[in-house]
Amino acid sequence: MTTAQDPLLQINKLSITFRNRFGETSAVRDLDLNLGENETVAIIGESGSGKSVTALSLTGLLPAKPACEVSGEILYKGENLLEASEKRLRKLRGEAIAYIFQEPSTSLNPVFTVGYQIKEAIRAHLPKETNVHERAIRALDEVGIREPEARLKAYPFEMSGGMQQRVMIAMALACEPRILIADEPTTALDVTIQKQIIDLLKDIKQRRQMAIMMITHNFGIVSGFADRVIVMYRGEVVETGPTEEVLSKPQHPYTQALIACIPRLGAKKRRLTTINAEMIKQ
Amino acid sequence: MSELLLEVKNLSVHYPVKQGFLKADKIFKAVDDISFTIKKGQTVGLVGESGSGKTTTGRALVKLAPITKGQILYAGEAITNLSLKRFLPYRRKIQMIFQDPYASLNPRMTVQEIIAEPLKVHFPHMKRKDRVERVSELLDKVGLSPKWRSRYPHQFSGGQRQRINIARALACEPEFIICDEPVSALDVSVQAQIVNLLQDLQEAHELTYLFIAHDLAVVEHISDFVLVMTEGKIVEQAEAEAIYKHAEHPYTQKLLSAVPVF
Ligand SMILES: Nc1ncnc2c1ncn2[C@@H]1O[C@H](COP(=O)(O)OP(=O)(O)OP(=O)(O)O)[C@@H](O)[C@H]1O
Ligand SMILES: Nc1ncnc2c1ncn2[C@@H]1O[C@H](COP(=O)(O)OP(=O)(O)OP(=O)(O)O)[C@@H](O)[C@H]1O
Ligand SMILES: [Mg+2]
Ligand SMILES: [Mg+2]
Repeated sequence: MTTAQDPLLQINKLSITFRNRFGETSAVRDLDLNLGENETVAIIGESGSGKSVTALSLTGLLPAKPACEVSGEILYKGENLLEASEKRLRKLRGEAIAYIFQEPSTSLNPVFTVGYQIKEAIRAHLPKETNVHERAIRALDEVGIREPEARLKAYPFEMSGGMQQRVMIAMALACEPRILIADEPTTALDVTIQKQIIDLLKDIKQRRQMAIMMITHNFGIVSGFADRVIVMYRGEVVETGPTEEVLSKPQHPYTQALIACIPRLGAKKRRLTTINAEMIKQ
Repeated sequence: MSELLLEVKNLSVHYPVKQGFLKADKIFKAVDDISFTIKKGQTVGLVGESGSGKTTTGRALVKLAPITKGQILYAGEAITNLSLKRFLPYRRKIQMIFQDPYASLNPRMTVQEIIAEPLKVHFPHMKRKDRVERVSELLDKVGLSPKWRSRYPHQFSGGQRQRINIARALACEPEFIICDEPVSALDVSVQAQIVNLLQDLQEAHELTYLFIAHDLAVVEHISDFVLVMTEGKIVEQAEAEAIYKHAEHPYTQKLLSAVPVF
C-alpha cells in the first residue's frame, strides 16, 4: 500500500549540471518525484534524458563538484541525502538503497569470481547470515542461473551478458534493500528469463517491504509491473501518473509519440516510426 | 538469387571448466555443432535463451572466441585458420557491435579517437581533416551531436554509448556487421531510428547483418531469416514469417508466448 502523505523517498526540484572545459550540460532540471513504501515507479523516456543520473544522485554516486553540481532536495524518510556525509551515504547504499546498474561491466569486478563477489555482498550487508555459501547458491538459483553452485566459480568474462546482469540482480536482492533502483535490469535477458525476474521482484515485494524505482525502455514491463510511470524528456519530467492512465491516454506529445514508436509483433511495417523534434513542440 | 556471403559449418566452441588440482578438466560446450548460412544483403536474426551461445557465435566469426571445430567460409574463402595478418582485410569487412557498450569502449579515449581508430588502421592515407569530417558524419547518423566528439565514454548515457559503438562499427564501410543487442539499451524512438539507419545502409550498400536480439518484434521487423538457439545448439531456423506464424520447436513457442503484451 502506498501512503501518499509520507513517501519513503521524496525528491524536490532536483537539478543536475555537468561542467567541463567545453562548457555546461544541464542533465536534469527541477525534477519532482515521490516513491512510497512498497511502491513501484517506472521511469521511461528518451535516451540521454537524465534517468540514470537521477538514480545515481540519490546516494551521491555522481562526480564531485565542480565537475557536477546537484541542487534541490532528496528526502529519505525525511533526511536530506544531498547534505548527508559520505560515511552515511555508504551505509545507506549497503543497507537501504541497492542498485542494479545499466551495464554489468561497470559494477562487476573482472578479477574476482562471481561467487566471491556475491558472498562479499552478503557478508557486508547481512552479517547475521551463518550460511553464506548456501545463501549465495540460492541467490543465483532465484534469478534462473542453471547449476548455480558450479557457476559461483566463474569469472564475469566467462558469463554471458544476461548472466552477468542476473548476478547483479542477485547481489542487489541479497542485501534485502528498502529501495531497489533497477536501471534497465532486463535489457540483456530473453523474454522468458525477463518474466522470471519480474515475477521474482513481485514475489519479494510481497514477502518483504521493498519499493522499486525501475528505469526501462520496455513498455511490456512497465505495463505489467509499475504502479506509476514518470516520463522524462530532455532533462525534465513531462508526464506522470498511474501506469494504466499514462499508457492508455498519454497527455504529453512526447509520450504520445514515444508510444507510437513501439514495435509490435506482426506489424509488418516497412519502416519503424521515429520521433522528430517538431512533433514534440507544444 | 543472391549469393552466399557466410557459410558456417559444424561450428563448435568449447571452454574448459576447471575441476581443481589434479582432476581432469571438463569441457563446456558454449556452441555445439551449429551450421547456418547468410546470403549477401540479407539479415539473419539470432534469438534464444540467455547463455545459449549467441554472443559466442558472433565472436567466433571475427576470431574473438576460440573455434574448437568447424569451418567458416566468407565469400567462399575459408577464414577459420587464417593468420592474423591474412585476416586483417576481413577485420575491416566484418564488424561487430558489442553487447556491453561500456566494456568495449576504451575509457581513456575520446569519442573522436574511438571512432577514428579503425579509420587509421584500415585507411592509413586518409587525411586528418577527412577523418574528423567522417567522424562528424557518423555521429550525426546515429543521432549524437558532433559537438560531443571530445567527450569520454563515461560522460555519456548508456544508450549514447551504444550509439558510439554503432558509429565505430560503421566507420570503415563494412560489408557484414554482427550486431549483438545493438538497440536493447535505446528508447523505442532512437531504436527505430537506428533500425531504419541499418536498413537504409543495407539498401544502399548491400550490407549483410547477423542481428542478435531479445526483442522479438524488432527481430521480426528486420530479419529475412531467423535462427533460434538454446544450450549451444540451433533448434529451429526458418524464414522470419514462418517462425512467427507457426513455430515448431517447444522453446520457440515458449519464447513467443512469453512476450509481454501491452
Ligand atoms: N559525467 C558526465 N559528464 C557530462 N555529461 C554527462 C555525464 N554523465 C551523463 N552526462 C549527460 O547527461 C545526460 C543524461 O544522462 P543519463 O545517463 O542520465 O541518461 P539516461 O536517461 O539514463 O539515458 P539512457 O536511456 O541512454 O541510459 C546525457 O546527455 C549525458 O550525456
Ligand atoms: N570465456 C569463456 N569461458 C568460459 N565460458 C564462457 C566464456 N564465454 C562464454 N562462456 C559461456 O558460454 C555460454 C554462452 O555464452 P554467450 O555469451 O555466447 O551467451 P548468449 O547467448 O550471448 O547469452 P546472453 O543473451 O545472456 O548474452 C555461457 O554459458 C557462458 O557462461
Ligand atoms: Mg541510462
Ligand atoms: Mg550475449
